[in-house]
Amino acid sequence: MNALSLKKGASSHSAYDLKNPLGDRQETHTLAVLVDNEAGVLARVIGLFSGRGYNIESLTVAETDHEGHRSRITIVTTGTPAVIEQIKAQLGRLVPVHDVHDLTVEGPAVQRELALVKVAGTGEKRVEAMRLADVFRARVVDTTLESFVFEITGTPEKVDALIGLMRPLGLVDVARTGVAAIARGA
Amino acid sequence: MTRRMTGAQMVVQALRDQGVDTVFGYPGGAVLPIYDEIFQQNDIRHILVRHEQGAAHAAEGYARSTGKPGVVLVTSGPGATNAVTGMTDALMDSIPLVILTGQVPTFLIGNDAFQEADTVGITRPCTKHNWLVKDPAQLSEVIHQAFHVATNGRPGPVLVDIPKDVQFATAAYSPPDKARIGHYQPRRKGDPAAILAAVEALERAERPVLYSGGGVINSGTEASRLLRELADSTGFPITSTLMGLGAYPASGKGWIGMLGMHGTYQANWTMHDCDFMLCIGARFDDRITGRLDAFSPGSIKVHVDIDPSSINKNIHVDIPIVGDVGTVLAEMLDLWKARGRVTASEAVAKWWQQIERWRGRNCLAYRNSDKVIKPQFALERLEAATRDRDRYITTEVGQHQMWAAQYLGFEEPNRWMTSGGLGTMGYGLPASIGVQIAHPEALVINVAGEASWLMNMQEMSTAVQYRLPVKQFILNNERLGMVRQWQQLLHGERYSSSWSEALPDFVKLAEAFGAKGILCSDPADLDEAIAEMLAYDGPVIFDCMVEKHENCFPMIPSGKAHNEMLLGEDATTDAIESGGAVLV
Repeated sequence: MNALSLKKGASSHSAYDLKNPLGDRQETHTLAVLVDNEAGVLARVIGLFSGRGYNIESLTVAETDHEGHRSRITIVTTGTPAVIEQIKAQLGRLVPVHDVHDLTVEGPAVQRELALVKVAGTGEKRVEAMRLADVFRARVVDTTLESFVFEITGTPEKVDALIGLMRPLGLVDVARTGVAAIARGA
Repeated sequence: MTRRMTGAQMVVQALRDQGVDTVFGYPGGAVLPIYDEIFQQNDIRHILVRHEQGAAHAAEGYARSTGKPGVVLVTSGPGATNAVTGMTDALMDSIPLVILTGQVPTFLIGNDAFQEADTVGITRPCTKHNWLVKDPAQLSEVIHQAFHVATNGRPGPVLVDIPKDVQFATAAYSPPDKARIGHYQPRRKGDPAAILAAVEALERAERPVLYSGGGVINSGTEASRLLRELADSTGFPITSTLMGLGAYPASGKGWIGMLGMHGTYQANWTMHDCDFMLCIGARFDDRITGRLDAFSPGSIKVHVDIDPSSINKNIHVDIPIVGDVGTVLAEMLDLWKARGRVTASEAVAKWWQQIERWRGRNCLAYRNSDKVIKPQFALERLEAATRDRDRYITTEVGQHQMWAAQYLGFEEPNRWMTSGGLGTMGYGLPASIGVQIAHPEALVINVAGEASWLMNMQEMSTAVQYRLPVKQFILNNERLGMVRQWQQLLHGERYSSSWSEALPDFVKLAEAFGAKGILCSDPADLDEAIAEMLAYDGPVIFDCMVEKHENCFPMIPSGKAHNEMLLGEDATTDAIESGGAVLV
């Protein structure tokens, strides 16, 4: 005997089609996390991301206040709006975390990344690599007769673009710092 | 005036200054200096457990039944790793614990030294925070900070790892009032605008429900008093999670029973059909919500929680209020009273008629037997025999735990200790020891299943050593009952490894430990046997042989909605569809 006499349709697909009010599209956000620079603080932040299944696209860390032993962690992450809110709340409740800023929603922000790009080649390819680097305002920081190392600073997209152009010209290796970001204005 | 002392002396002094009277622990090489100091004083009592997991659960039992942090002291390496389950349990259930672990000396760290483990690394995700103290000058401050973090905001376990050379080194001691406790200060007061919005919604509510959780217990007895005042003065129905039982009395007029997977029919239907839900110190756990997209579809939801990460984690709420439950309840009540104590009382009365119809289903009814003891019957008799006593109940995990939640009535907070979030089998026996240590005169009963109970049965030796009259009430069905139930419902009745073969003779086992054993298998003998258990002044193992294939109902199968509950008489085959089968 079915004690509940369930209505058909209420069980498998849905009597209720409740859309998640925050939406389910993926967004990319840049977070600035201000932390006490104590042992293990980076492991705590990274462990939070891996343990809860969040994405890290880019991560930069350095002590920004040597006297106060504060570090700034800049994280670029992707997720639905609900997940992004969770990430911020989860970061915020870590004991060594002082502040979490979502630079993507808190107003305009400047984002920069530095990359070192090694390109090897001779002849026309070498000249073209030099010319393109010039267009991107990349500097040559090392050279041999068959190679250059360019230093480029810019948004991640600009760095991606230069790397893409260098690939057919003899790209050997790339080192990127990850994104540093700060809000515009005072 | 600063006093200089060794690290080990600082540990004992800091515990004393924090008001600690009991430490649960187990000695070993890396904590010998601290044990030496404990030996030379009388303010702090050390309870020697038989396994470090038992120390952590005993400290949890102590903490849950007193509201004070539980303290654990174990050695490095295996001492610390054995305590990890207890820490994770405390993290999931928001129980304040301070765990002190010994560590190999600083100059050996990273050397794979004897009994070395990366304790702070291992416990980072299962503590609220942890510290490795390499500088003796920071030790006392860190311990004070540890107590601050464990007990403020959402409570939880914290760990301080202390290398052996730091325990021997001498430095200045900072008393608690001089110690810097850092910037960790979670907000306690609610946002006034959100509180106003919540009170306005409450005044208009026609089909309200109060949904309370463990946060009310954690906030302190004043929070429970305020919850009772709110429920009784509004006349709203109130339900609670497993963790929140006792915050509102089971005999109170607003009480509609526990909600969730094994909650009552009326509580789950009330949650499903309500138009206003006030969630107080609970976290919309999957055991509560069932299928997320069908969870209480027509209600305005207010969520009071001290942890911002609990807000909108599973369920989107309309009015979030971040703050301490007790503080926010006081603020809400003050505002509601000042505005004239308005409720939509006529509509609420009609709502109660509906709830009474649901209650009329009598969802906890079961078919009794005069041949075999039904587990529900055993708990009803236990309830009848102990209702009027100052009674503390702990449980293990499984069917017996749900039956205990359903068939025992909890009238006061801090009287119910169970592993809710982590679901740790083996929790109940050591927890009952911690409770009995904190309340030597009280009646402490661990409602257990035989399989769970065996997981930490070594702690019976602790109970005997400290003459703790804990009653181990084992509902013995010779099965891993909840596993068997799921296999029946979900895995085609293939009972893979879910029976308990080669069980010990529990009466002889009790006697071997120096305790009393009672065997009961006839319903007619049950009352007398329970009376014998209660009358005995000492630890008892009560082997209550029960029906082997009883299922725990009501049940909302995983992946189903609140209004799709299974009741006892229901056909139970294929109750979970393939989509729900992946859920736990």
